[in-house]
Amino acid sequence: MADSKQLYQEVILDHNKKPRNWGTLADATHKAEGVNPLCGDHIHLSVKLSDDKVEAISFEGESCAICKASASMMTGTVKGKSRADAEQMVQEFRDMATGKLDPAGPHHLGRLTVFAGVRDLPTRVKCAILPWHTLHAAFTGSMSTSTESDADPMHAPIGGA
Amino acid sequence: MTAISSAVMQPVPAALDVARIRAEFPILKLRVNDKPLIFLDNAASSQMPQPVMARWIRYQSSQHANIHRAVHYLSETATAEYEAARRKLQAFINAGEEREIVFTSGTTESINLVAHGYGRKFIGKDDEIILTTLEHHSNIVPWQMLAGEKGAKIRVVPVNDRGELLLDEYRKLFSAKTKFVGVTQVSNALGTINPVREMIAFAHEHGVPVLVDGAQAAPHLKVDMQALDCDFYAFSGHKLCGPTGVGVLYGKAALLEKMQPFKGGGDMILSVTFEKTTYAPIPAKFEAGTPPIAAAITLGAAVDYLTAIGMDSIARHETDLLDYATDQVNRLPGVRIIGTAEKKAAVLSFAVEGVHPHDVGTLLNEEGVAIRTGHHCAQPVMQRFKVPATSRASFAFYNTMDEVDALVAAIRKVQKIFS
Repeated sequence: MADSKQLYQEVILDHNKKPRNWGTLADATHKAEGVNPLCGDHIHLSVKLSDDKVEAISFEGESCAICKASASMMTGTVKGKSRADAEQMVQEFRDMATGKLDPAGPHHLGRLTVFAGVRDLPTRVKCAILPWHTLHAAFTGSMSTSTESDADPMHAPIGGA
Repeated sequence: MTAISSAVMQPVPAALDVARIRAEFPILKLRVNDKPLIFLDNAASSQMPQPVMARWIRYQSSQHANIHRAVHYLSETATAEYEAARRKLQAFINAGEEREIVFTSGTTESINLVAHGYGRKFIGKDDEIILTTLEHHSNIVPWQMLAGEKGAKIRVVPVNDRGELLLDEYRKLFSAKTKFVGVTQVSNALGTINPVREMIAFAHEHGVPVLVDGAQAAPHLKVDMQALDCDFYAFSGHKLCGPTGVGVLYGKAALLEKMQPFKGGGDMILSVTFEKTTYAPIPAKFEAGTPPIAAAITLGAAVDYLTAIGMDSIARHETDLLDYATDQVNRLPGVRIIGTAEKKAAVLSFAVEGVHPHDVGTLLNEEGVAIRTGHHCAQPVMQRFKVPATSRASFAFYNTMDEVDALVAAIRKVQKIFS
């Protein structure tokens, strides 16, 4: 049974209220817009890569608390990491949100395991994944991505909203 | 019919015995997240009472075979029951003739049938189709597809800030190019009851036929085809305490007769050779293939069930629920009701300041309260009110004032969590 109380923890509510790295980067090297057409969530992500490292990253947009907190914590976590490490986290986060990765097992997600609870809420999985989805799109040069696009490698067929 | 006409005689509809009614709905006894289920997503689909379920089981247990085909006992029984269901639906909406009732898979198919069967034959280049801002996507997209194919245009009736159609604007849209009107009787996103009777009369003055999307109206209001005088009326079974997979298209016989078929196949023909097919008379012309026999017969039982309770009593109880809920939600600081039309049916759309509807929905579910959050397949309405989505509570006759209180308490809890 879904335990959303566990999901709406202080840390998520706090990031929703005071999102970190909010805004756009004037000197971004990579940008993408992520949209979930089912609920209207959309975020703009700008990334500055230098020597294949995330030197700066910021986001803005309009979304639910789960999406906004996920984006806020994501930007904080991947900043300073190599592109390859960030891509690995994208994969791990997606696996955790869809129940394929055990948050108690080995991974590089750290505090991001607060989002593990979404795996029990199929309609909310996409809310948590959207920022990561968008990060992947920014890295690969797609200017926009959608949770409903089959072409996107991050597309997770996980129920409607 | 007797129940309907006797209800008309009563100046005040009888109050419902909601406790007795609820006892007939097994699903309402569920607990969700250790709380009693409070089901307020009836505009999406309503629940089924035990007597209606029993009809499906009786059909499968003792009456099932394919219809209109064989001469054996079961086929004749199933055919008779299927046609009896058609007459029940005819009575439920007071259609003039039973052949004006076409069974479809639901409202969406009903509308697509008209867009194809009428639209592709009678709507052409530069013709105009009038729709309204309040339409569900199912009464927009089939017309856009038609317009795209034919080079026709869609004109849209705007709404005011309360979510009411602007009738003056509607009238101004008419010209010699106007060939069709599609309008919902009740807005699924806002609950607005549209003045369809007046709109139909005006369209008819211009010789324009009107399709009414009755998906949200048929469960809540007494609908009367002969009084409305609409040309087409579409609705779904599963919003009427019936099963999914069945719905109705009402069409005036003269129009249905001149339309082209929607789907080709068995049962919609008189004769077939490889040179020529002669179509069956209506409604069979539009019921190709094996129809949803069990679902249609069960829907017949569902409208019997609703008629026995009385659509007037149902409407009165739901109005009481909506008025009470509106009043209670209005008292909540930071909660805004979207859709404040003077005439509304059973739908309360709202926005909680600072909280996205999806978060509202997830946290209400934690309290056992089931509502719908999202754009409700009515994105033009969301755009008009400048919200990405809303939270929507929608009521049925089996809901109670206590459940409204639980909804309000749950909204307060959401606000506390996000404070």
